[in-house]
Amino acid sequence: MTQEQMTGAKMVVEALKDQGVEVVFGYPGGAVLPIYDEIFQQNHIRHVLVRHEQGAVHAAEGYARSTGKPGVCLVTSGPGATNAVTGLTDALMDSIPIVVLTGQVPTFMIGNDAFQEADTVGITRPCTKHNWLVRETDKLSETIHQAFHVAVTGRPGPVLVDIPKDVQFADGGYTRPEDVKSHYAPQTKGDMAVIEALVDVIETAERPVIYSGGGVINSGDKASSLLRQLVDMTGFPITSTLMGLGAYPANGKSWLGMLGMHGLYEANLAMHDCDLMINVGARFDDRITGRVQDFSPRSIKAHIDIDPSSINKVIRVELPIIGDVAVVLEDLLTVWKARGAKTNAPAVRDWWAQIEEWRKVDCLKYTQKGKVIKPQHALVRLEELTKDHPKRYICTEVGQHQMWAAQYLNFNEPNRWMTSGGLGTMGYGFPSSIGVQMAHPDGLVINVAGEASWLMNMQEMGTAVQFNLPVKQFILNNERLGMVRQWQELLHGERYSQSWSEALPDFVKLAEAFGAKGIRIESPDDLDEGIKEMLAHDGPVIVDCLVEKHENCFPMIPSGEPHNSMILGENVDTSTAIKEGGGVLV
Amino acid sequence: MSQLDIKKGTSKHSAYDLRDPHSTTIERHTLAVVVDNEAGVLARVIGLFSGRGYNIESLTVAEIDHTGHRSRITVVTTGTAAVIEQIKAQLGRIVPVHEVHDLTTEGPSVERELALFKVTGTGDARVEALRLADIFRANVVDSTLQSFTFEVTGTSEKIDAFAELMWPLGLTEIARTGVVALSRSERAS
Repeated sequence: MTQEQMTGAKMVVEALKDQGVEVVFGYPGGAVLPIYDEIFQQNHIRHVLVRHEQGAVHAAEGYARSTGKPGVCLVTSGPGATNAVTGLTDALMDSIPIVVLTGQVPTFMIGNDAFQEADTVGITRPCTKHNWLVRETDKLSETIHQAFHVAVTGRPGPVLVDIPKDVQFADGGYTRPEDVKSHYAPQTKGDMAVIEALVDVIETAERPVIYSGGGVINSGDKASSLLRQLVDMTGFPITSTLMGLGAYPANGKSWLGMLGMHGLYEANLAMHDCDLMINVGARFDDRITGRVQDFSPRSIKAHIDIDPSSINKVIRVELPIIGDVAVVLEDLLTVWKARGAKTNAPAVRDWWAQIEEWRKVDCLKYTQKGKVIKPQHALVRLEELTKDHPKRYICTEVGQHQMWAAQYLNFNEPNRWMTSGGLGTMGYGFPSSIGVQMAHPDGLVINVAGEASWLMNMQEMGTAVQFNLPVKQFILNNERLGMVRQWQELLHGERYSQSWSEALPDFVKLAEAFGAKGIRIESPDDLDEGIKEMLAHDGPVIVDCLVEKHENCFPMIPSGEPHNSMILGENVDTSTAIKEGGGVLV
Repeated sequence: MSQLDIKKGTSKHSAYDLRDPHSTTIERHTLAVVVDNEAGVLARVIGLFSGRGYNIESLTVAEIDHTGHRSRITVVTTGTAAVIEQIKAQLGRIVPVHEVHDLTTEGPSVERELALFKVTGTGDARVEALRLADIFRANVVDSTLQSFTFEVTGTSEKIDAFAELMWPLGLTEIARTGVVALSRSERAS
């Protein structure tokens, strides 16, 4: 087999082309100059110049999350690589497939504390799914193809390829993707015996609940469609984690709403009282389980997950099914149909009646009165004015606004909701929205933000303006680190240590300083008009929506409590909400 | 527990399911991990243990197949049944890891460790050290007029026992390899 000879730098571009990459998010520097030189001389791959490497990685995450394709970043050695670490960890926690290419000092200088040298593979080893340092140009293209394979196969995740500068300059043979073999092939097909056993219990369950997660989205559109079939055929109630929103439509008749720490009352009580829990692609995260010892104490639990280490890690399950959600659900539905299976319909009807009772609590109720905008109300109006857009994508930062967005915005399709779930990275949303807009030029991309989170990556205004990306930055400005403030109220005697945002910029002027549009919304009467103005503008917009400063995010399962000890919304005494012992948890 | 029944035999975790999953009893397991012999692979394994707070009692690693670029890591670890299962699952998801075997639960296995002992002394103590070494089938691999260096092979317990006897006789230094182990089945584990 004759291989085409080329420089390592050219190989990088060829490999990205062969992998079908259209966009690279990056920032140049000394150790990647040869690759940037190749990028300059071609027109296949668009390069989006971010303003900070963390932004590049979050943008790639947004791109990946909204398309199902891997996102790609290119950054330089040393500080370029270390700035990427937060994004890598974020992608690892949320199982987002991204490929990060880093420059490195030349091989003969590695270990000499050279200028802009860092032990990138060492630093990123615990925050990537896998990483490689390429020491020979002959191995470079093969390694990049392997990296893409690992990023998207099995449980997706971030990978990193570290490329020394001399490897970029040297010539080597280019290996095509089809000539690369990989042993990495996690099990995708579930154990049929366990799937049969699951159908058995689906037939007899009296109080079932389906609890789906980000794994359904990662598995692809087919998984979402099979999940909808499963729900329709069984009539079982379904709830979802933060990461799984949209896999089952919020307008579907079996939808309970999100579960977890700030999940809906009916969803959490259904989880607590069920007799059969079917976990589809979620991982029993601590935001979901609350106190593990009291988690859904009377249920049989089935767990479909592609990662064997997720099984029995937090919650012991009776029916573990290791496999890809789409493959397993397809087998499950085949068995179901072949048997002509039926559910215990009268019992399930009673169960729904119970759920409807819980639903009457109306846990998301809020009252908008007076001249100050309630953040919930802002989101309800945003939902109302944007829900009919056929291509609406929502990103968020991290904090109260994120939870309110999850509660009050509805997602009827997968890949429309980009949020930092596992790591909880403030500063995720804005760059992520840039990645989403690059992938969907005609999409309506809104980043629901808090002012503190948004400031963490505000430099990306430059990127948004340069590429004329009409991303809408919808900032719920309470001049507080709202979630921190809420916890200080509940847990630390209302001593609000460092949790307010002083010396905030004028966001309208800030937008204008970058050459973008700024809108301030100060009163409930201006809300609709402000949102419409934001939607009408063809370009990046910052909306500074001033909201109630001391609003708490409810419902809430206080740390260290089980699902049936939720704090509900208005007029509750929160002074004793978190008991001794719960305070050490985050 | 739920009223729902699950058919017997539908769960595949044989030995694990026989034990109490919530047991707090600490178990000691010997794991064999076959990995690609590539840069950083040992750091990945060790980083997994330190990062997730698992114990390492001993760890040995060496290349076992030069042409196939494979190394075998033998790691002795301790934890509850649930923790041991989690360790194995976590090891299994490391990309360059090909196989993970729990030699403690997957049928009988043999374990050996090699140690070198330096025992310094003269007179009766020196003679006694030599006699005990004979009982333990330890070989003298080096000597000076004031010291012996013994090589002893066996289970970790045997090496512990030998060390205990040697301390009063002038044991000054020990080097141990850590455990290596193979299953006793006729096939590769």
